[in-house]
Amino acid sequence: MQQLVSALDLRPRRTWRTTKNTIMTVLLGAAVVAVAIPLVLVMVSVFAKGGSILFKSFPDFLTKDIPPTRAAGPGMGPAIVGTLMITGMATLIAVPLGVMGAIYLHEYGGQSKFAQLVRFLAMVMTGVPSIVMGLFIYVVWTLNFKLQGFGGALALACLMLPIVINASEQMLKLVPNGLREASYALGATKARTVLTIVLPAASSGIVSGSLLAVARAAGETAPLLFTIGATRVLNTSLFHGDDTALSARIFENAKEAVANAQERGWGAALALVLLTFTLTVVARVITAFATRRK
Amino acid sequence: MSRPLDLRGKGQLADKTFGALAIGAAALVLLILGMIAITMTNRALPVLRHMGLDFFTSSVWSEHDNQFGALPFIWGTIYTSVIAVVLAVPVSLGVALFITQIAPPWLKRPLVYLIDLLAVVPSVVFGLWGVLMLAPHLNRSFLTAGIILAIMIVPIITSLAREVIETTAQADKEAAYALGATRWEMINAAVIPHAKGGLVGAVMLGLGRAMGETIAAALVIGSSAQIVLSPFKSGDSMPAVIANQWGEASDLQKSALIGLAVTLFVMTIIVNLIASRIVQRSMRKSRGT
Repeated sequence: MQQLVSALDLRPRRTWRTTKNTIMTVLLGAAVVAVAIPLVLVMVSVFAKGGSILFKSFPDFLTKDIPPTRAAGPGMGPAIVGTLMITGMATLIAVPLGVMGAIYLHEYGGQSKFAQLVRFLAMVMTGVPSIVMGLFIYVVWTLNFKLQGFGGALALACLMLPIVINASEQMLKLVPNGLREASYALGATKARTVLTIVLPAASSGIVSGSLLAVARAAGETAPLLFTIGATRVLNTSLFHGDDTALSARIFENAKEAVANAQERGWGAALALVLLTFTLTVVARVITAFATRRK
Repeated sequence: MSRPLDLRGKGQLADKTFGALAIGAAALVLLILGMIAITMTNRALPVLRHMGLDFFTSSVWSEHDNQFGALPFIWGTIYTSVIAVVLAVPVSLGVALFITQIAPPWLKRPLVYLIDLLAVVPSVVFGLWGVLMLAPHLNRSFLTAGIILAIMIVPIITSLAREVIETTAQADKEAAYALGATRWEMINAAVIPHAKGGLVGAVMLGLGRAMGETIAAALVIGSSAQIVLSPFKSGDSMPAVIANQWGEASDLQKSALIGLAVTLFVMTIIVNLIASRIVQRSMRKSRGT
C-alpha cells in the first residue's frame, strides 16, 4: 500500500470534516455580520437624518415648541421635557417599590410559598406586552383622572417594576451572609441591617440594573398612547393637562407623509437614542467600576 | 440556601413596619396582575355581550357595522411573530455560538455590547426606520413587520442562548476534542445536545416578545384586516390595531380593542409560561438533579 512507502504524515489534513468546520465557522461569523447590518443601517439613518435637523438648528430643536405637522422647522422641547419628567416620575415610583419587593423576596421571604408566588408572578409580569399595560392604566387611571403625564408614568412604572425586582434580587444574593451575621451580632435589627449593611453593599448593582430598566422605559411608546394625550406646547405639570413625549412624537411623525414631519421624527429619534444609550453606558460604567473595586 | 445566624432582639416597631412595607411592595405584583385581569375583562364585556363567541371566530372587523371579529388580528399576530422567530433564530443561535465558542477573548466583550446596543434601541425608532427606509422597498406587509420584529427579538434570544450554552461542561467539550472532533463537531456533539432544552425556551420567550410588540408592527404592517398566507400582503396584528384605531374609536370599538388586549395578554402569558417551564426543566437537568 501507498502509505507504507511514503513518510508517516500526521499533519492535519484537509478532509470533508475540516472543510465543514471551516464552512460552519464562516456561517457563524456571518450571523454576527447579519446582526450588525440592521443596527448599522438604523444608526446611520438616525444619525444622518436626525443629526441634520438636531445639530443644524441647535439648540432650538431641543428647546422650541413643536410646530404644526406640515410646517417646516425645528422644535421638540415639550417632548423632551415630557420624556424626562414622565420617565423620571416612573423611576421614582418603580425603583423604591421594586427594591422593597426584592428585599422582601431575598431577606424575608426566601423560599416561602408566598415569595415563590411573587417571584413567579414577577416573571409573568415581565412578559406582559407594554400596550396591555397602557390600556390597563387607561382603564384604572385615565378614565377617572383625564389624560395627563402621570398616567404615562404609572404605566411605565408598572413595566419597570418586575425588572427592578428581578435585578435587585440578583444583587442582594451577591451580598455575603457574613455581613448580615456581623450586623446582627452587633445587635442591629433586621431593618437596620438591610438598610445600612445589605443595601449599600448591593447598591452599585441595583443602580445599574435600575438604569437599564429606565432606559427601556424611556423608549416605550405604546403605554403612552392611551394615557398622556398630545400637545405641542410645554407642559411642566404631570397632573394637569395633556402631555407629550419623544417616543409618542416619533410614532405620530412616522405616520405622516409630510417630509417636514418626518424630518422632525428623525430628530426626535436621535434625541431618544442618545438618551437611552447614555443611560445604558452609565449603567455599564457603574458595573465596571464596582467589579474592579472588588 | 443557608440563612444567617439570627441573634437579634424581637419586637421593635420600626423593624416590624419595615418588614410590612417590604411584603406590601412584593404583594403589589400580585395586585397589579389581578387588577389587569379583572378590570380589563370587565371593560371587554360589552363587546363580548354584543358579539358572543363570534368575537374570536369572526373574520369581519367593521366599525361602521359594529362587527368586531378578532380572527384577522389573531392570525396577523401569530403569522408575523412566526416570521420573526424563523428569521431571528438561526441568526441568534449563530451569534451566541460565535461569541461563546469561536470568538477570541478580546472580541467577546465588544460583541456582547453590540447585542446590548441593539436591545436598547427603542422599538419606535425601528418602526420609524422600517416605515421610511424599509417599507418603500418591501411595502407594508407581514414580511416587513416580521423583519423588524426579528431585529428586535435577536438580542433576547441571543443573550438567553448564550447563558444556556455557557453552562456546557468543560469536560464534555474537552472529551469531544480528545476524540479528534473539529470545533463544529464538538459544538454539534457537546454543546447543542446539552443546550437544546434551554434554546427552545429562549426561542419561545422571543416568540412571546414578538407577539406583544406594538409600535414597530403598527407602523409597517399595513393595517388591513385580512387573513392571507402571502407574506407580501398587508395585514394587521392585535397590538398594531389597538394602537392605530384607538384615537378615533367609538365606545363599543374601544371595548373591542380592550378585548383584543385581553386576548393578547392571555396568549403571551401562555407562551411565556411554556417557555419558562422548558428553561427551568433544562436548567435542572443540566445541574444533574
